[in-house]
Amino acid sequence: MDSCNCIEPQRPPDDLLMKYQYISDFFIALAYFSIPLELIYFVKKSAVFPYRWVLVQFGAFIVLCGATHLINLWTFTMHTRTVAMVMTTAKVFTAVVSCATALMLVHIIPDLLSVKTRELFLKNKAAELDREMGLIRTQEETGRHVRMLTHEIRSTLDRHTILKTTLVELGRTLALEECALWMPTRTGLELQLSYTLRQQNPVGYTVPIHLPVINQVFSSSHAVKISPKCPVALIRPAGKYMPGEVVAVRVPLLHLSNFQINDWPELSTKRYALMVLMLPSDSARQWHVHELELVEVVADQVAVALSHAAILEESMRARDLLMEQNVALDLARREAETAIRARNDFLAVMNHEMRTPMHAIIALSSLLQETELTPEQRLMVETILKSSNLLSTLINDVLDLSRLEDGSLQLDLGTFNLFAVFREVLNLIKPIASVKKLHVSLNLAPDLPEYAIGDEKRLMQTILNVVGNAVKFSKEGSISITAFFAKSELLRDSRTPEFFPVPSDNHFYLRVQVKDSGVGISPQDIPKLFTKFAQTQSTATRNSGGSGLGLAICKRFVNLMEGHIWIESEGLGKGCTAIFMVKLGIPERLNEPKLPFMPKVPTNHGPTAFPGLKVLVMDENGVSRMVTKGLLVHLGCDVTMVSSSEECLRVVSHEHKVVFMDVCVPGMDGYEVAIRINEKFTKRHERPIIVALTGNTDKVTKENCMRVGMDGIILKPVSLDKMRSVLSDLLEHRVLFEAI
Amino acid sequence: MELVQIQRRLVDYTKSLFMEGFLDAQFLQLQQLQDDSNPDFVFEVVSLFFEDSEKLLNELTIALDQPNVDFKKLDSHVHQLKGSSSSIGAQRVKNACIAFRNYCDVQNIEGCLTCLQQVKQECYLVKNKFETLFRLEQQIMASGGSVPTIELGF
Repeated sequence: MDSCNCIEPQRPPDDLLMKYQYISDFFIALAYFSIPLELIYFVKKSAVFPYRWVLVQFGAFIVLCGATHLINLWTFTMHTRTVAMVMTTAKVFTAVVSCATALMLVHIIPDLLSVKTRELFLKNKAAELDREMGLIRTQEETGRHVRMLTHEIRSTLDRHTILKTTLVELGRTLALEECALWMPTRTGLELQLSYTLRQQNPVGYTVPIHLPVINQVFSSSHAVKISPKCPVALIRPAGKYMPGEVVAVRVPLLHLSNFQINDWPELSTKRYALMVLMLPSDSARQWHVHELELVEVVADQVAVALSHAAILEESMRARDLLMEQNVALDLARREAETAIRARNDFLAVMNHEMRTPMHAIIALSSLLQETELTPEQRLMVETILKSSNLLSTLINDVLDLSRLEDGSLQLDLGTFNLFAVFREVLNLIKPIASVKKLHVSLNLAPDLPEYAIGDEKRLMQTILNVVGNAVKFSKEGSISITAFFAKSELLRDSRTPEFFPVPSDNHFYLRVQVKDSGVGISPQDIPKLFTKFAQTQSTATRNSGGSGLGLAICKRFVNLMEGHIWIESEGLGKGCTAIFMVKLGIPERLNEPKLPFMPKVPTNHGPTAFPGLKVLVMDENGVSRMVTKGLLVHLGCDVTMVSSSEECLRVVSHEHKVVFMDVCVPGMDGYEVAIRINEKFTKRHERPIIVALTGNTDKVTKENCMRVGMDGIILKPVSLDKMRSVLSDLLEHRVLFEAI
Repeated sequence: MELVQIQRRLVDYTKSLFMEGFLDAQFLQLQQLQDDSNPDFVFEVVSLFFEDSEKLLNELTIALDQPNVDFKKLDSHVHQLKGSSSSIGAQRVKNACIAFRNYCDVQNIEGCLTCLQQVKQECYLVKNKFETLFRLEQQIMASGGSVPTIELGF
């Protein structure tokens, strides 16, 4: 061998061993070269690989190792020095890289290991979160179910619907086999099966309420698991299957009285219903906690909904009752109004019917007075006249009584001779008294004023009535009438504690006592005396033909005169004393007293009362217009006549002092004219006084007149004296309401 | 005939009118309005009344003859008549008018016809009475006397 600079292998080539080494080396090299390729391939595939530098290093290491082994193949046979050089270089590099890699791995492997632990940790955490989310979801489900159930339950106020819906919804939500509601019976000793889910019409099973199981359920506010064999749970027909678990919960039945405004009622109420829920049989389902909670919440909601339904029922019932009562009251009111109207109509008609013959009597008596009469005849005629005048007044007062009750009666105040009044009464009563052989005496106190201001007619009527009663109810004996000025110590009578007369300068109290020796009155009848139409039962009163109206009217007059009237009697057969006190005015000395209650003689035909007073008369009726004009002309007025409202409005001016207008003609609106006149004359002193002439003075007409601003109202037909007095009143006071 | 006797007759006659209800107090008021400045007041008013009433009665007859009776118009006419009659004191006429109005209110044609007849009759009667009265008054005036005024107290 020449000096080829080859290197000989250390050992002589052993064929077999060499062959195996050769092959192994080859495969090692192959593997070492393929590993990095695989690595590169897979790393390229994966998205994340943080250790590229390590990969490169490792790759380099592997490649070099492979190269080393590959080059080793050539060293088995004779090889050149170059190969040996390459081999050495390769090995050196390999050594460097391997060491580097080894050093680096020391850092990397712990990291890689910790990644693993972190991965494990995260997996655990994820599992835990999954569990929790499952839990939350279940809870949310439960909540949703409760809300839905509550909504269903509360959306109706009907008891049955509430309970049915509860069972249905619960059954659906919890997938129950059976759901039942047991309500306590009226007696409270038993529970009755009222509603079930599956069976349409549950038969009325009852179960005594005091079973231990039931007590257990009632005493706890939670849902309690009960045995499927207990009586309340035995609703399903027994079968071969294994019954599911059963839970029972109490449902408080709240009464209205349990509600206080501010706090939820304590469940001190004793009444509960029982709700029983059964899971499907043959299923391995158990009652979960959240399901039990759901059941409890639902039970409470049902309780509330039921009580709302109860409240609503109550209020509907109350409202129905009130409506019925309203209808009944309305009917009663209308009936009462009809009755009042009927009575008023009757009174008005009767009044009219009674006045007509009265006028005939009065007229003819007056005429008779004018003829030649003997003194006795004259006296008789005068008495007839006076009595009929009184009767006419009484008839007026019958109508007045209804007005008295309206409260619309007013006294006709005037100055009159007090003594004359008493004398009149005496004169009137003497004939009847002498027939009955009763002695009548009159005592007037010396300090009584001769003249007084008051309603003469009605005072006389009162005295006459009282004295008349005294005469009527006495068969024999005497009657004494005393009148005196009531002094202050006598004003307060212990017997009439509710009467408080107030003495003053312009007024005095007249006290009249009428004592008789007649049949007397028993004490228990005394309060009834002043009631209208009430009579005592004794035959004496029935025979005397009283209507029972007199004292009632007297009482009202006396009250109007701010006085008091009462009757004392010691009992039957002991006579009685009627006493009344009325307030009268004291006239000033200068006032000339009016003529006493006698047929009036019209004084002035000649000199007129209102010279030159410009007056406007509006009346559609020709005759009536002429009469009114005649009246006013007679009184000296300057009368302008118009027959329509347009004409009236055209003609009226501030020169006219008074406007008389007829308002009872239908079709012509006197009220409208009054309003227009009021508008036309804004200044009060320019405006003429407007007086309505009408045929009826009921309240409606009066109110209408007052409403449109009229100053007065006169009832037709108008007499001369009335017109005169009306005009003087109007011109003096500018207001008058009303003149009949 | 002697003045006094005629006067007595007048008084009696007037008395009878009141007694029979033909006249009421309103008539006396009318008489009071008659004075020297207005000597024929009563006569004028009464004549006016009769003119008026004749017209109204004609209207009423026509109105009731219609196939469709207008009760409102009827009522207003009767109201007028009532007003007039009460203004002069013709009491019976007035009462008949009141009855007439009631029938008008209930729209009873038969009743209305009857009442119309009655009103006509009353008007006729009172007209006669007035004529007699005025004749007596004229006689008194012609004989130079004065008509006695009747005074009544109400």
